[in-house]
Amino acid sequence: MLNITKIQNGIVIDHIHAGQGLKIFNWLGLGAAPYTVAFVVNAESVRMGLKDIIKIDNEIALDLAVLGLLDPDITVNIIQHGDITRKISLALPERVENVLICRNPRCITATEQYAPHIFHLSDAAMGLYRCEYCDEMRGAGDFR
Amino acid sequence: MLKGRHLIEPRDFDVQELDRLFALAQRVEEDEAYLRDSCRGRILATLFFEPSTRTRLSFEAAMMRLGGSCVGFAEPGSSSTAKGESLADTVRTVGCYADMIAMRSPKEGAALLASRYSTVPVVNAGDGGHHHPTQTLTDLHTIRSLRGSVAGLTIGFCGDLKFGRTVHSLVKGLSLYPGNRMVFISPPELRVPEYLTRDLLSRDGGEYMETDTLEDVIGDLDVLYVTRVQKERFFNEEDYVRLKDSYVLTKEKLRRAKESLIIMHPLPRVNEIAMEVDADPRAAYFRQAKYGMYIRMALIASILGAA
Repeated sequence: MLNITKIQNGIVIDHIHAGQGLKIFNWLGLGAAPYTVAFVVNAESVRMGLKDIIKIDNEIALDLAVLGLLDPDITVNIIQHGDITRKISLALPERVENVLICRNPRCITATEQYAPHIFHLSDAAMGLYRCEYCDEMRGAGDFR
Repeated sequence: MLKGRHLIEPRDFDVQELDRLFALAQRVEEDEAYLRDSCRGRILATLFFEPSTRTRLSFEAAMMRLGGSCVGFAEPGSSSTAKGESLADTVRTVGCYADMIAMRSPKEGAALLASRYSTVPVVNAGDGGHHHPTQTLTDLHTIRSLRGSVAGLTIGFCGDLKFGRTVHSLVKGLSLYPGNRMVFISPPELRVPEYLTRDLLSRDGGEYMETDTLEDVIGDLDVLYVTRVQKERFFNEEDYVRLKDSYVLTKEKLRRAKESLIIMHPLPRVNEIAMEVDADPRAAYFRQAKYGMYIRMALIASILGAA
């Protein structure tokens, strides 16, 4: 059992599915962070069995939509003065822009490079998203 | 009110707005002087990034019958796109010259993207294998005119249901009306896209079935909508050759059909409806083309605030 010091002001990203943590760590660019970051893999969890946790000793801006797409079961805890002041449960976002990329060669986004790639959640249970332009389906997993 | 609105996909208009358009088109059909010159001095730009004869002529004939004028191009080679201009810049520029744009593109979602940059209304005249809402207006108006209603019908779609944009749009249009049952008849490779069955029909409780045998279901149908297997939608010539003659509607096959059936086709036809069928009173596809011009007159006049 590892003990990691409490952080005073920052963010704890909890309930990450075991094995997904590194992707989130890398996506947040935490490898080059000039502040303290703790990255725990395979922590024991009553609810999940095993989970990954990222503790960030700094208040950074998070794109919760993208985080939700990466792992919709994540909990984000906002820490201020050593206490949790806000718990945010994530879900698959209803709309994402320039996160999922449309791979349909017939889609207008394939040729008009300035067009934003916009996807709308179509089936939350299956994690399926629909391209706003061509209706092509993509899975949230395609981003992960 | 449709004044100033874009038409990108069939569900952009609600049932009341559609019904007003159908009533207007019917009035134009009954009295050809009605709406004549209502668009005098107005200009429609027809931007066809993909060759089309029928749809473009239908739009242009509709605008001319309303007293307006048309500018545009019939293929991308004669547009600035050939010089590398973006679609956004093209529509912003054309919006300086014209009051309304009707555009066709081989790219899916092109009209939607254009509408985001255009200062004038954009009507989607077909975007790849995706949508063709004015054909849907034509089809719904044809069904309404010949069957008296667009609700409570069993509609068979036969042929290329994967790439056939007229099918995709009509399915969306028909799903706005209650009690319609859809029968999709195609080889497995050309089934209707998943987004339609998953998003639209399943979610909204629409009744549908899929089969690969026309003969088994033709007797149940009130409307048979036949489409061409479109060579231009295939990346692979072999697949096209293998599938192009999947279904051919003949007099023999029609023996099992209802007397009240109407046979529709967005045209152009190749060989999927035998010419012997043309003389059958149930063949409605050439009347359908005329309904298309009337509904486009109603649409243009409504969007330009002239009706």
